[in-house]
Amino acid sequence: MRFQIERRSQPSAVMRFAAPVVATVLTLAAGSLLFAFLGHDPIDTLYAFFISPLSTMNGLSEWILKASPLILIGCGLAIGFRANVWNIGAEGQLVVGAIAATGVGLFVSLPTGLLLPVMVLAGMVAGMAWAAIAAFLRARMNTNEILVTLMLTYIASFLLSYLVHGPWRDPDGFNYPQTALLPVEAMFAPFDYAYRVNTSVFLTVVAVLAMWLFTERSFLGYKMSVGGAAPQAARYAGFKQSSSIWMGLLISGAVAGIAGMAEAAGPLGQLSAQISPGYGFAAIIVAFIGRLHAFGIVLGGLLLSLLYIGGEGVQMDLGLPAALTRIFQGLLLFFLLAADFLIFYRIRVIRRTH
Amino acid sequence: MDLFIAIFTGTIIAATPLIFAALGELVVEKSGVLNLGIEGMMLIGAATAVWSVFSGLPVLPAIVLSALAGAVSALLFGVLVLTFMTNQYAAGLALAIFGSGVSAFIGRDFGSDPTTALDEWHIPVLGDLPVIGPLFFQYDPLVYFSFIMFGLISWFLYRTKGGLIVRTVGESPQSAHAIGYPVIAIRYLTVAFGGAMAGIGGAYLSIAYTPLWVEEMTAGRGWIALALVVFATWRPLRVILGAWLFGGMTILQLQGQALGVGVPSEVLSSLPYVATIVVLVIISRNRQMMTLHFPASLGKPFRPAG
Repeated sequence: MRFQIERRSQPSAVMRFAAPVVATVLTLAAGSLLFAFLGHDPIDTLYAFFISPLSTMNGLSEWILKASPLILIGCGLAIGFRANVWNIGAEGQLVVGAIAATGVGLFVSLPTGLLLPVMVLAGMVAGMAWAAIAAFLRARMNTNEILVTLMLTYIASFLLSYLVHGPWRDPDGFNYPQTALLPVEAMFAPFDYAYRVNTSVFLTVVAVLAMWLFTERSFLGYKMSVGGAAPQAARYAGFKQSSSIWMGLLISGAVAGIAGMAEAAGPLGQLSAQISPGYGFAAIIVAFIGRLHAFGIVLGGLLLSLLYIGGEGVQMDLGLPAALTRIFQGLLLFFLLAADFLIFYRIRVIRRTH
Repeated sequence: MDLFIAIFTGTIIAATPLIFAALGELVVEKSGVLNLGIEGMMLIGAATAVWSVFSGLPVLPAIVLSALAGAVSALLFGVLVLTFMTNQYAAGLALAIFGSGVSAFIGRDFGSDPTTALDEWHIPVLGDLPVIGPLFFQYDPLVYFSFIMFGLISWFLYRTKGGLIVRTVGESPQSAHAIGYPVIAIRYLTVAFGGAMAGIGGAYLSIAYTPLWVEEMTAGRGWIALALVVFATWRPLRVILGAWLFGGMTILQLQGQALGVGVPSEVLSSLPYVATIVVLVIISRNRQMMTLHFPASLGKPFRPAG
């Protein structure tokens, strides 16, 4: 008996949607092995990781709270990825968005009703501007956007560190590297003061719908997808590559900036040295798990958010290492990419006949 | 004079992890594979080295283990892109994220405990010379090893039949396959080699450069190594020059912070990253220079027909 790999005559539509499920199951299986290796009962630990966080109201609130930025950023990144534009530095765009919005919230006096919208705008423009550097260098100077967006992420984190250790540090903050708290009118209102999930979720809902319209119903979105899938056909049709680069980076930068703003004006309420637990990087996985599709990204965001809160949970309750979350994130993407193989190929078992 | 010696030797030392990682990636890319996961492999190498030393191993086996850990993690990437033909960008990113998690996991119990550092070799006679001695003959063995690897890789790629085959595989896997070379197997070997080199580069960070384990201690060096290969337009000697340039930037900004020039330390710390962008722009603008030594099949999956 041997295995033979065959190319399918057509990509399998079933496998396209089954692959994320297969990847999730394989990640859970690998996770169980890891738990057993650490001397914990796999079933109990899986329960503690993935089920018990969702069994309390607070857990549900945290689930939505953390899924929101992941989905928001994932939508923007997916638009770029569809066009083969690789913005890997959403984390940096998130940081500058948070910086700009907090700056407005702390230091600009505006009428109460206007403050929050202007902060959203500031976060968006800052994120876009940060991504625009990479767009300009790629479109005009032929410079690889992966490396530029990543380098800009390191630079953004130094900028944040400078501000919270220096000029923006809260004078009454016992020397902690953080700004003063934002005033209440500069924050998103929670749905219920007992929990942290807040009205910024609506921004994510709007983004998901906007992404669906853009990718499925707009000519510009169609042009960008063609440019990614078949660059030569796009060139022949007269679709400009540079406009895809600009759109892909500006849109993803804008939503990442908004996500950073919503972190500062939501669960954090200030700017501190640690503003994101790697949402910008995890959102890359969200976009892939969600098949670069708006509604898929919602599911992907919920899954990755569960990895965050489950990881925190087992760290606190069972003393498991915090690194598990990132290991699971990496494994999930590994398994997804491997499972995607089955979209284009089938494995056939051939029995020798004697 | 002492300051000059400090800057010169500091530059050589700061460049060493970049030289290992970037030379490894150069060989990988020459065979037509783009592995974006260097940062993850370096982190795994760094954590493995610290773990080995704390487990009581001498330094040399610790470095060998780091190289092995780097190679094994690279093979995970290799299975994805070579056997499963997945998108190389996505698989490389997965390796970067996975490596960050795995290294934090390996190093979870070593919060900033100093390791036994790799000793410097004081080469007899030559090391005793004034000026020349401290400038060239008082480094730790891995620094010399990085230059030996540079020589070996340059010789292999451009002076041996094996190197010609690797370059052919990178230029045109179809032709290489048609002549009868096992394209996929050769790429597995280069990918594993690149992982081993990144692992050694990471080990250098955690047992020689700053002898302790800190999460994310590579601080983007894996990505800078990737940029160096582009900067070098896929030629080994230019990788060394580029690594010295970045080593020099790192040391100058550290000296600047120590001397207390009137600039915030964060501005100085961000200089190597700004410099990476600047040199990338300068090189990439020149499309002709970029394409001259560019492995034509870089990043494209290959599946032998039949």
